[in-house]
Amino acid sequence: MKQKLVIIGNGMAPGRALEKLLTLAPDLYEVTIFNAENRVNYNRIMLSPVLSGEKKFEEIIIHGDGWYIKNNVTLYKGHKITNIDRAKKQVTSEHGIVADYDKLIIATGSTPFIIPVPGHKLPGVLSYRDLDDVTAMMLAAKSRGSAVVIGGGLLGLEAAAGLKEQGMDVTVIHLMPTLMERQLDPAAGYLLQQELEQRGIKVLCGANTKEITSDTDGKVGAVHLEDGTVIPASLIVMAVGIRPNSKLAEQSGLDVNRGIVVSDNMQTSDPDIYSLGECAEVGGMCYGLVAPLYQMANILAAQLTGDETAKFVAQYTPTRLKVTGIDLYSAGDFAEGDDREEIVFRDAASGVYKRLILKDNKVIGVVLYGEASDGPWFFEKLKSGENIREIRDMLIFGQNAVLGSTNADPLAAVTALPDEAEICGCNGISKGDIVTTITKKGLTDLAAVRSHTKASASCGSCTGLVEQLMTLTLGDSFNANAVQSLCSCTELGHSDVRRLIKAKQLKTIPQVMQELEWQTSCGCVKCRPALNYYLVADWPNEYADDYQSRFINERVHANIQKDGTYSVVPRMWGGVTSAKELRAIADVVDKFDIPTVKCTGGQRIDMLGIKKQDLPAVWKDLGEAGFVSGHAYAKGLRTVKTCVGTDWCRFGTQDSTGLGIKLEKFMWGSWTPAKLKLAVSGCPRNCSEATCKDIGVVCIDSGYEIHIGGAAGLHIRGTKILGNVSTEKEVMEVIVAVTQMYREQGHYLERIYKWMDRVGLEEIQKQIMDDLDTRVAYYNGFVYSQKFAQVDPWSERVSGVDKHEFNPLATLALEPAE
Amino acid sequence: MNAMTENWVEIGSINDIPLRGARCVEHGDMTIAIFRTSDDKIFALEDKCPHKNGPLSDGIVHDGCVTCPLHNWVISLETGQAQGADKGQSLSFPVQMNGNKILLSLRAKS
Repeated sequence: MKQKLVIIGNGMAPGRALEKLLTLAPDLYEVTIFNAENRVNYNRIMLSPVLSGEKKFEEIIIHGDGWYIKNNVTLYKGHKITNIDRAKKQVTSEHGIVADYDKLIIATGSTPFIIPVPGHKLPGVLSYRDLDDVTAMMLAAKSRGSAVVIGGGLLGLEAAAGLKEQGMDVTVIHLMPTLMERQLDPAAGYLLQQELEQRGIKVLCGANTKEITSDTDGKVGAVHLEDGTVIPASLIVMAVGIRPNSKLAEQSGLDVNRGIVVSDNMQTSDPDIYSLGECAEVGGMCYGLVAPLYQMANILAAQLTGDETAKFVAQYTPTRLKVTGIDLYSAGDFAEGDDREEIVFRDAASGVYKRLILKDNKVIGVVLYGEASDGPWFFEKLKSGENIREIRDMLIFGQNAVLGSTNADPLAAVTALPDEAEICGCNGISKGDIVTTITKKGLTDLAAVRSHTKASASCGSCTGLVEQLMTLTLGDSFNANAVQSLCSCTELGHSDVRRLIKAKQLKTIPQVMQELEWQTSCGCVKCRPALNYYLVADWPNEYADDYQSRFINERVHANIQKDGTYSVVPRMWGGVTSAKELRAIADVVDKFDIPTVKCTGGQRIDMLGIKKQDLPAVWKDLGEAGFVSGHAYAKGLRTVKTCVGTDWCRFGTQDSTGLGIKLEKFMWGSWTPAKLKLAVSGCPRNCSEATCKDIGVVCIDSGYEIHIGGAAGLHIRGTKILGNVSTEKEVMEVIVAVTQMYREQGHYLERIYKWMDRVGLEEIQKQIMDDLDTRVAYYNGFVYSQKFAQVDPWSERVSGVDKHEFNPLATLALEPAE
Repeated sequence: MNAMTENWVEIGSINDIPLRGARCVEHGDMTIAIFRTSDDKIFALEDKCPHKNGPLSDGIVHDGCVTCPLHNWVISLETGQAQGADKGQSLSFPVQMNGNKILLSLRAKS
């Protein structure tokens, strides 16, 4: 028999606790929620973007109605609990519903503080707390009248910016001398005030509200300040703070102080009753920001599953203002004091102010205004208490300066590096090496620096740094943003070459080199594979693939290893295999004495250490068992990773395995600018890791979420959502079409995420998701090209193609010594 | 025997090697890569990159050089010298043509 868990309140804190509980122990409790608000759980901290019109309510829902049904949670919307009977362990709602509980959670949140000045109850005086307030504000804003926001804290300023955005004339009244004084020091508060005033929001600091008066209709008309100022207003928003809502707990005889008193495991004075969220008081403190509330939620969920080790620990929480265009970050303690030092950076022209407060060489406070991207990094330092003495000189410039990467004030950081600082980790090249070579040899472009020093010639991740060194050494004559030529054989960039191949109908490599005035006779190791790919992609039926312009792996259809042997990876459609296939692999491994057999990251089996001349024979045996090449070596479709989906998984929402296999069978053999890895996950738990693939599908109840542009190699990137569709047929169309678009536009060796960054996700969405004709045209282009590409290269070679690749020209007898 | 005299061995026809490609000749433990450039010149190098012994015969042939498939070192087909910033040299062997026939000398150039 399941235990009964009743939750009073359905805000973000209990929502998170419940989500966590259902993950940890889905079947432990029968859950009932009573929510006084007539809504599902939504993201309250996103109310400001709703007010400013940047988001719709639907976009900030955390759990929709379906979620409660799916998880067997009973949700009473618009039911306020009026009584808790602790002896009977029962709660009663205002509509007379009675529910028994074994465990009870009180999460009644907080109520906004309303200053009891005369007139505070007039119609038109609002707080800023829930969606009703936002709706009322948006309605009032339609009149385009004047609004006064009382309170210049986080919420008040977000409300002010939102109302301004809605077209109102806004004045902020703040009691203290500077804005957001709890989160910002006076200097940053001042910059913030300036920025708001520039946007046309009036700000009055040190202003004390005396009364609110009505207009002739009995609605609000004006705010009167202590100093006699009168500000006309048709809408007044009070955002001066919140008060824990502990009334119900108090009536039930629980210990209540400022909030409902709980121990560090969220238990109230009644061991069967827990409390969390803004109504709870732990260690003498009540909390209003989301991070500590989520911490409470995790602890409560653990408690409910019997894990009593989790305890609440008070932490600093960083603050960010959610007003578009204002970059502000603060955390920790920033009061001045004798035992403290500070590092301050100001750039008046661009409105940047950064201040770090240090104590004993540790960061204890951070205030960033105007450029806040390093906030989380500084906060990390603050939390860890790391000694920053070593990096103190560069600290204020942020993570990139200290760690020697690109971006933010890069030249200052590069200038500061010592000559022996290693720039290219792959090749062990120092700053001094690079600068000396540039000067001595008079180098002026990146390609030349690469060929003379090797710096950034391997993985390329230090390219930015090398370019900065070039700017540093060569001054303005070096322009890193100029179009990079494809290689040193031409001055044209990839995009130009691709465009001209089509425009001039160039159909062979020599023709391209002739027409586009290549500066070398037969190209180089960079341009030839690129041109070969462009021609394969653009003229699938006419172009004869030039194998001598392909990298060895694609030439012999296996992966070269450090000792010159090869590895072989057969296709396992969607990662599914069988006893017959495994037996065939085992036999091949025995027969050819293959030293290593390993599972790949793409759900298949890799056989390593095969001699080149054995490859055709290995493929023959594998082919007899039904295997074809896995193209594990190709700039082309590699794997489609899947999870078991609805076939087996109790959480699966769609047939992810089947869909993955369909995709792989449709797309195998296609060449792409760089490798292309796909995955299909059967539910948002995402076991096949679709959100770090080039293209991923996450199945959901209502259909399929199509993701694009992930990477998990040299660079780590989460995908972006390309769009949602409801049928498998549409998934196939969209994925095939976007792949074709990438095939036609991508630069050789440019992964899909880089292509996406270059052309923009919106453009891709426009062409693939919104314009059905374009989608179909790309789709048909791919299908046509597959007619020529879907030939298994292994069976071709078993039947004698490219024999010369695998056999020696001659084997000479050893001569006797003379 | 005179040190200048080469001992030529016929190893095959130029048509056996793809244009801008290579084939191997096995000689005991040693493998020699025979290259054919875009202008039909033939060169022979030990099939070992001076860097990490990568098989040069698997590289891409361009402009009188081959790029090693392992770490992209560029080696001169004529001299076996590493180009650019890299230092090192592969053994190179004399080659002669007799019509379409390729003749190789097994005495490495010095």
